[in-house]
Amino acid sequence: MSVIDARGLSKTYGDLTAVDGVDLTVEQGETVGVLGPNGAGKTTLLEMVEGLRQPDAGEVSVLGEPVWPRNKRLQPRIGVQLQASSFFERLTAREQIHTFAALYRAPATAADEWLERVGLEEKADTRVEDLSGGQGQRLSIACALVHDPELVFLDEPTSALDPQARRNLWDLLSDINDAGRTVVLTTHHMDEAEVLCDRVAIMDHGRVLELGTPTALVRSLDAPTRITVAPGVVPVEEARQIPAVTEVRETADGTVLTTRDPAGVVAALGERQRLDGVTVHTGTLEDVFLALTGREYRA
Amino acid sequence: MSISGSPFWALSVAILRGFLRDRASVFFALVFPLMFLVLFGGLLGDQGTSKVDMIKVGDVALVDELPDDAREAFDETFEVEESDDLEAAIDTVRKGDADVALEQRGDVVVAHYTQTDQVRAGITQGTLRAFVDGANVAASGQPPRFDLRTERVEDDSLTTIQFVTPGLLGWAVAMSAAFGAAATLQGWRQSKLLRRLQLAPVSTRTVVAARIAVTLTVALAQLAIFLGLGAAAFGLTLSGTWWMAIPLVVVGTLCFMAIGLLAGAITRTAEGAVNMSNFIVLPMAFLSGSFFPLDVAPEWMQRLSDALPLKHLNEGMLDVMVRGEGASAALAPLAVLAGFAVVVTLAAAKLFRWETT
Ligand SMILES: Nc1ncnc2c1ncn2[C@@H]1O[C@H](COP(=O)(O)OP(=O)(O)OP(=O)(O)O)[C@@H](O)[C@H]1O
Ligand SMILES: [Mg+2]
Repeated sequence: MSVIDARGLSKTYGDLTAVDGVDLTVEQGETVGVLGPNGAGKTTLLEMVEGLRQPDAGEVSVLGEPVWPRNKRLQPRIGVQLQASSFFERLTAREQIHTFAALYRAPATAADEWLERVGLEEKADTRVEDLSGGQGQRLSIACALVHDPELVFLDEPTSALDPQARRNLWDLLSDINDAGRTVVLTTHHMDEAEVLCDRVAIMDHGRVLELGTPTALVRSLDAPTRITVAPGVVPVEEARQIPAVTEVRETADGTVLTTRDPAGVVAALGERQRLDGVTVHTGTLEDVFLALTGREYRA
Repeated sequence: MSISGSPFWALSVAILRGFLRDRASVFFALVFPLMFLVLFGGLLGDQGTSKVDMIKVGDVALVDELPDDAREAFDETFEVEESDDLEAAIDTVRKGDADVALEQRGDVVVAHYTQTDQVRAGITQGTLRAFVDGANVAASGQPPRFDLRTERVEDDSLTTIQFVTPGLLGWAVAMSAAFGAAATLQGWRQSKLLRRLQLAPVSTRTVVAARIAVTLTVALAQLAIFLGLGAAAFGLTLSGTWWMAIPLVVVGTLCFMAIGLLAGAITRTAEGAVNMSNFIVLPMAFLSGSFFPLDVAPEWMQRLSDALPLKHLNEGMLDVMVRGEGASAALAPLAVLAGFAVVVTLAAAKLFRWETT
C-alpha cells in the first residue's frame, strides 16, 4: 500500500489553476522532492495532500486514510512544517517545542532531544520572535518531527539555512529515512534534491512535468558534457582536432570543450599531456530543471 | 514549570504566557482600568465631601448666633473665612476661589454666589434658606409644626468608589475579553498558527476551551485586583451578595469574547480586529455607565443603553456588589448576557473563516 496516493488533484483560485490534475504516489520509506519555480503550485499540492486544503477535484489518501475533512486518525501520524513558520506568540524556543510535544502527546524528553538535534539548545530560552530566520526554520522542523511521525511534509525546509545547517539537516533527514520514515519535501536547491531524494517531481504551472529518480531525469535530458582545462593548456585549434568535440570556447576559467563522448575526449587530452586543471561537467538536475521550466522569472 | 500533560493544559499555558508577555495587552486589561479606578476613586472621590467655601463679610447674626446643634450642621457644610471688604469678597467668589460671600443688611441676609458650579450653588442656596427658616421659627418662639427627615435610599457608605468600581470593572472585563478573542483569532490566522493547529491532533473544541479558560482566568484576576485595591486603598465596602459578581463576570466575559470573535471574523488583520473591538466596546462603556452614573444621563441614553450588554453587566454588579440587593438581582442581567453571548457567537460562527483569503 502506498503511503500517499493522490489522483487528479486540482485546485483553482478564481481563474488561476494552481494545481492541475496531479497524480502522485509515494511508497513507504521514500524521500520525494517536489521542485518547481515560484508559484508552480508546490505548496498548494502539499497542502491538499496534508489535508489542509480541500481539492476542487481529485482524490487523495494518506496512510490508507482519506485526508479530508480533518482526519483524527491521521493527524498524530504525520508531521508538517509549513512554508511560513507558524508559532505561538512570545514563547521561547523550548516552550514552543514543548507545547507542540504536548499537543501530540509526545514525551517532554523528545522535545529537548529535538531542540538539541537541530542545534538550538543555546537558543532554547530565546523567544521565537527573536530567532534568526534559519533558527526559526530549524525550530519549525523540530516541531514537525517531535512526535516521530511516519510521514513528514517539509515545505522548503532549507530555504533560510546556512550551509552548515543545511548539511546537518540532510544528515538528520537521512537518519529519519533510514528509520523507515517517508519524507515529502519541496526545495529550490537541486543539489539537495539530488542528494536527498529517491525521486523528484518537477512541477510548473500546476502540472507535474517529470517524475523520476534524479539520475534517470538527468540521463533523459541527454545533455552534452562540458570539459574544461586550465587557460592556455590546450590551443583552441588543437582542441577542435580531437574527435567527438562539437564546440570549443575560451572562457576566463579556461578552455571549454563540449562533447557527447567525455571518456574519449579525456583520453585524447591525456595522450597529449593536456589535462592540467581539468573539470568535467555533465548534465545536472539543474539543467533538467531549466530545460523543462525555461529561464524566465516567474510571477 | 515544565509544560507537559494534556493538549488543553499546554494550549492554555501557551496562551496565558503569550498574554502575560504582551505588555500592551496587560496594560489595557489591568493597568489602564486601574488608572481610572485610582483617578475616580482617589482624586474625584474627595469632591463630593469637600465643603462649600464661604466668606463672611462683617457680622452676620444668623451665623454668629447659631444654636449649638445647628452650628454643627452648619460647619459640616461650610468652610467659613472672615472678611471686612465686601467688594474683594465678591471678586473672590467671581473668580471661583470661594463659593459664596455672605453679608447681613439689617434683617436681610444677602448671599452673593456664583452659578458656575450649579451643584454647589444649589447646596449653598438650599442650606442657607434652611438656616434662615430655622432662625425665623426660633424667633417666633413656637415649636416647629412640621419636621423633615431625609434619608438616602442607599447605604450611607455609598461614596464615589462604590459607584465607579463595578462600572470600571465591567469595562475592564469587556475590553480584555473582546480584545483577547479578536486579537488571538486574527493573530493566529495571520501567523498561520491556526493552520498548523488544524493539522495537530487537537479538536477545535479544545482550542476554544483553552482560550476561554485563559480569558476567564484573566477576568477573575481583574475582579480580585479591582476589589482588593478598592477595599485596601479607597475604602470600598462590598455588600453581602458581592460573590454574585463572579458569575456575572464569567458570563460577561463569554459575552464579550463572542463580540471579539465577531470582530475577529469580520476583519482581516489583528490590528483591524483590535480596532473594531475598541470601536464597539469604548462607546458602549460610555453609554453603559462605566464612567459616569446613568441616572444623570438623558432619558434616550438610558433607553439606548438597555440594548447594550455592558449596561446589564454594570447594573448587575452594582446591584449585588454595592446596592445590597439580593443575589436574585443578578439573575436578569445573567440571562440577558447569556442571550447576547449565544446570539453573537452564532453570528461569529457563521462569518468565521479559517483563511484570511
Ligand atoms: N490562497 C490563495 N489564493 C489565491 N491564490 C493563491 C493562494 N495560494 C496560492 N495561490 C496562487 O497559486 C499559485 C501556486 O502557489 P503555491 O504557493 O502553491 O506555489 P509554490 O510552488 O509553493 O511557490 P513557491 O516556490 O514560491 O513557494 C500561485 O500563483 C499563487 O499566487
Ligand atoms: Mg511554496
